Amino acid sequence: MKTHTDTSNKYSEKFEFSPESLAKVNDLIAQYPEGKQKSAILAILHLVQEENGWLTINAMDQVAVILGIKPIEVYEVVTFYTMFHIEPVGKHVWEVCRTGPCMLVGSDKIIEHIEKRLDIKVGETSADGLFTLKTVECLGACGYGPMFQCKGKNYEHLTTEKVDELIEQFRNEAK
Amino acid sequence: MSGKKLLLENIEIPGIETFEIYRKSGGYASVEKALKTMSPDAVVEEVKKSGLRGRGGAGFSTGLKWSFLAKPEGVPRYLVCNADESEPGTFKDRYLMEKIPHLLIEGMITASYALGANQSFIYIRGEYMWILRILQQAIAEAHQHGFLGKNILGSGYDLELVVAPGGGAYICGEETALLESLEGKRGNPRMKPPFPAVKGLWGCPTVVNNVETIAAVVPIVNHGGEHYASIGIGKSTGTKLISACGNLVRPGVYEIEMGLSVEEFIYGDNYCRGIANGKKLKACVPGGSSVPILPHYLVCKTEAGQDRLMTYESLADGGFKSGSMLGSGGFIVFDEDQCVVRNTWNFARFYAHESCGQCSPCREGTGWMEKVLNRLEHGHGNLRDIDLLADINKKIEGNTICPLGDAAAWPVAAAIRHFRDEFEWHVKEPQGAQKRNYGMIEEKSTTLA
Repeated sequence: MKTHTDTSNKYSEKFEFSPESLAKVNDLIAQYPEGKQKSAILAILHLVQEENGWLTINAMDQVAVILGIKPIEVYEVVTFYTMFHIEPVGKHVWEVCRTGPCMLVGSDKIIEHIEKRLDIKVGETSADGLFTLKTVECLGACGYGPMFQCKGKNYEHLTTEKVDELIEQFRNEAK
Repeated sequence: MSGKKLLLENIEIPGIETFEIYRKSGGYASVEKALKTMSPDAVVEEVKKSGLRGRGGAGFSTGLKWSFLAKPEGVPRYLVCNADESEPGTFKDRYLMEKIPHLLIEGMITASYALGANQSFIYIRGEYMWILRILQQAIAEAHQHGFLGKNILGSGYDLELVVAPGGGAYICGEETALLESLEGKRGNPRMKPPFPAVKGLWGCPTVVNNVETIAAVVPIVNHGGEHYASIGIGKSTGTKLISACGNLVRPGVYEIEMGLSVEEFIYGDNYCRGIANGKKLKACVPGGSSVPILPHYLVCKTEAGQDRLMTYESLADGGFKSGSMLGSGGFIVFDEDQCVVRNTWNFARFYAHESCGQCSPCREGTGWMEKVLNRLEHGHGNLRDIDLLADINKKIEGNTICPLGDAAAWPVAAAIRHFRDEFEWHVKEPQGAQKRNYGMIEEKSTTLA
């Protein structure tokens, strides 16, 4: 369970749908029977998050307008589902699985290693704004752990060496 | 056991994820057969004959579930595929959808026809976003070739398929929570009755089936229900996908014939090839994190000394005293170095995190269990905590709208039942307990130094 966090100081961050994503939003809504447009909300929120990195209150309000629902209906959905970020995050969010099957094959060690290498704790963002480290519950990669997911891609069979390589790779790509 | 495969038979064929290769390999035959030669009721009849049981974990008869679907005049009916695979230890549906997506699409078309649905949904967990795109691609291909849309194969039957993502909530694998989520709301489970078969998606009659269940409809229609029922043992018919993980030489997804022995599955060359790093088996959770843990001496044999088999009945043999459940097929194996207390705490934390918060016994109880187990694991517990856990357990079990409460309570109860000495040891010798390499050793306290 998550509780709603008041991010009023970031309220002023405006979000605007690009024409392309607005077209995608309309396609998503059109998949559902008339009057059932609210069903598209999760897909739309994923789209916004992909574009913006996280969900500002302004972005959620615009989703409400598009769907013809009250803003509170968007907030209550966003705060229920753990994939949505309601605080600013780094460029890359590493979501490391911490649940039983991954723990059996060493996820604790991997989390500790990432913390040390990036000099942050779980939940924090690195000083350069490149990485946010989160732990999540089971991502359905139990046979391929330890693992993390970043931008919808899985990085599996992790070792400390592989983590080091990935950190380098992500840093180089950012240059 | 001949190792017969019904779902993954063609999975190694290069390009099987494309319509062209899938079709060349005999794909979409069940759609042709059903739409051209069978009535919808005849398809339901075959599924009933097959003895197919829900592959998501509950094991309820699929044919029966389908026959409960209400059919009022002028009201749309829906088929919803539950692809919200989130049960720790379970990754079989992911494998199927990723490697052979058209099998699910084919199953969806045939099953939707049987149920009279003209729009069907696949609700897939948000963390499987890349698979969502694979499925959308498969749907687009099926459309191009006339297997979806209006008047499919000239039969007069219309169907549209929609893939909808979740947002990261285990509870949405519960069918009524899934429907709430599909309606764009928080995933709070609904009171039953009314069951989804009467009032489901948007208040209309709805069937919710697991990915593997829907895929199994394909071989059932192709070869007949009786053929499917001839595989397996007793009321556990057909094949089952098992996702094996934990400390195994070869973890992964295997299609097994129901009735394979657990011993063969763990140690056999065609399956997991034993425990990794030459270690010994300590315990096993055979059906996803929600089912009771089995100590090593109850994994391959039942309490009565019979071979334990991969069937709904044999894995449950002995009830909750000495048995477990087939569940979702998430087969988690622990080697001798693993700490049962730590794992029980880990799973308790999972349920506390995933409780939707609707029912007090679950919302509060899962949090309590997590706290008590946390202090036990970290050496701050006392012996009364063990009974306190049992007490919390009883207050959750059966007192919640959905089964998440039970799923949180059962594994804790089972862990204490079989590994009570390990819990006590965490209280009496917390320093030694941190070393954890005690799993199978008889004289625990003497081996600490």
